[in-house]
Amino acid sequence: MNKNSLITYLQVAPLFLVLLLFVIAPLALVVVVSFFRYQMLVGLVPDFTFKNYIDILTNPTNWWLYLSTIRFTAIVLAITFVLGFWISYFLVFHVRNLLTAIGLFLVCTVPFWTSNIIRMISWRPVLGKEGLINSALLQLGVVDRPVEWFLFSDFSVIVAYVHLFTLFMIVPIFNSMARIDPALLEAAFDGGASRWGVVWNVVLPLSKTGIALGAVFVVTLVMGDFFVVSVMSGGLSGSATSGIFNDLQFLNYPRAAASAVILVIIVLMIAAAIFRLVDVRKELAR
Amino acid sequence: MTKNMTKRGVTRRGVLKGGAAAAGLAAGSGVVTGFPTIWAQTIKDITLNHTGMSYSTLIDIARQASQDLGFKVEMSVTDHPGLTNRMVNDPKSIDIADSEIWQTKVYVPLGVTQAVDVKKIKLWDQITPLYKEGKFAGKEVSREGDSPYEIMYRAATDAKEFHDGPTEWATFMPGVYNADTLGIRPDLVGRPVTKWGDLFSSDFKGKAAIQNIPTIGIMDAIMAMESSGELKYGDKGNPTREELDKTIAKLIDLKKGGHWRALWNTFDESVNLMASGEVVIQSMWSPAVTAVQTQGIKCVYQPLEEGYRGWGNGLALMSHLEGIRLDAAYEYLNWYVSGWVGGFIAKQGYYISVPETAKNNLSENEWGFFYGGKPATADITSPTGEKTNSAGDVRDGGSYEERFSKVGVWNNLMTEAEFLFSKWNEFNAA
Repeated sequence: MNKNSLITYLQVAPLFLVLLLFVIAPLALVVVVSFFRYQMLVGLVPDFTFKNYIDILTNPTNWWLYLSTIRFTAIVLAITFVLGFWISYFLVFHVRNLLTAIGLFLVCTVPFWTSNIIRMISWRPVLGKEGLINSALLQLGVVDRPVEWFLFSDFSVIVAYVHLFTLFMIVPIFNSMARIDPALLEAAFDGGASRWGVVWNVVLPLSKTGIALGAVFVVTLVMGDFFVVSVMSGGLSGSATSGIFNDLQFLNYPRAAASAVILVIIVLMIAAAIFRLVDVRKELAR
Repeated sequence: MTKNMTKRGVTRRGVLKGGAAAAGLAAGSGVVTGFPTIWAQTIKDITLNHTGMSYSTLIDIARQASQDLGFKVEMSVTDHPGLTNRMVNDPKSIDIADSEIWQTKVYVPLGVTQAVDVKKIKLWDQITPLYKEGKFAGKEVSREGDSPYEIMYRAATDAKEFHDGPTEWATFMPGVYNADTLGIRPDLVGRPVTKWGDLFSSDFKGKAAIQNIPTIGIMDAIMAMESSGELKYGDKGNPTREELDKTIAKLIDLKKGGHWRALWNTFDESVNLMASGEVVIQSMWSPAVTAVQTQGIKCVYQPLEEGYRGWGNGLALMSHLEGIRLDAAYEYLNWYVSGWVGGFIAKQGYYISVPETAKNNLSENEWGFFYGGKPATADITSPTGEKTNSAGDVRDGGSYEERFSKVGVWNNLMTEAEFLFSKWNEFNAA
């Protein structure tokens, strides 16, 4: 080993150790436990069995839960992308003053000064049967009885997700767009491109990295959630993760671990697909 | 440097030794109170952690205990699965576990607690026979579900199974308990509600809710199923797979028909559902009813024909407690039933295992209202001082005797619990 590569290894070592300790080791434990046997109310019994995986994969409920979670993920991804892209676009290309742009960007983070739970719960008095929107609609005479599907429905779940997670889309897209040289846009206009043409052919391709990173954030957050869906649907919808929570109530760690492994595999596959579309490493090195 | 450290170490150890010896002497002689100075000095650095669920693990209790006992009691709040999980996986993070009756079936076989020596509980004789003998007001209490008497005793302090019949080793020290029923909004239901079956009635389509805690939610469902004539159970407290299948199928049917406005997970969700009028009939806990009432909204904890769903808590001592910390824990248990707690939690509708002591901490009006079933002679307030009832109001369900002699079934951990959980998941996903 020559001196140069030794230095490289030393430089990588701290990060590697951190990953080993806090990512690889716990994950390995989860994988090991997922093959253990569960004894009612006693917990884990070391073993090597596929029973947990078979249980999960042969239970149609789990398939429904996964389908429902993936559907939520797709819808939330689409909405947060549209919002995140245009908000960033506005901040970067329409707000002339850099200071104003940064100020407005910070305003986007204001909701994050309170806790996740409060931001979510505060939708209830807005969307409820006797809530703000329903009262307004009733008084305006638009409807003659409260609209029930505003709250405790898929709609309210999506509203909460979008509210909670749009910032995770804005930040990386804003970051990529800020790196685009405005001269490029001017050149495109001078070359006769329309406004849409510039967005489509210049801004969008150059923001790919941010979009990909934002998408990864949103996908992992929605796929791993059980709390928002449970609270905002009034417990009427479940998610892929709620099975894990239920198993833990009875100390069924092996099956919970198996569910976790399956979830990790699915999320990794989605992330891999996203990075397949956008080579983030190459784009960042640009 | 090294020298210094060693010296300091020895000194500190010496102090500790002295303290422990003094405590041992004091405890051994059985006249702890006779040596208040030694006791107070060695015990003042102790902090006991009391962990339990939100409805009974109240910061006010810790504050008062710390003040009265001379050592610190801290509270950590968790949910039902959280408590058993922590007791089993991180037992040393808890000193006193405030668990529900059925949870003992999870942790006793795992040996994470030591049984309570009843000789060290001064008021043991006065503890309600509901726990100690399985009797109430001279009559046998329902054994459907996990009744307190069945899990009350163990053969020795470290025994991992329950003992049939009284011994000197109690699984836990009986704490707070109550008889639960459905909560309704009398102004919005539009008709009398008299049976559990009304929870399923189409009159309340889109305005009903059930708790999303499978072990308890299923009990409400079973009571409603039997009451509405859908199914007759062999033992409501321990249903078979087939019975569970049918019960959950009915819940799913109702869900698909839009019957449930929501399934609530936490106490405050149930309060908000009721207070906002989203729901007019639902599973409810007594303090939630109080909380709705303090907002000036009428809410009734409706007594029903088929009786109540009983539940109870107890304070269990974790196995790692020993020496002076164990003594402190016993002091706390003794304090817990000595009256202040009983008076405090009565105002959220709960009963304490030694009701006589609660009486000294309640006004005559409050005692008459909460325990006696008598009309209030003046305003009744919640533990935090807000008005809940006016003069002339009578507690829903009547007196302590009247309510507790009508317990139909107990909260429980059924044999088919694992099956229940997968079925409940289906109900969630449907």
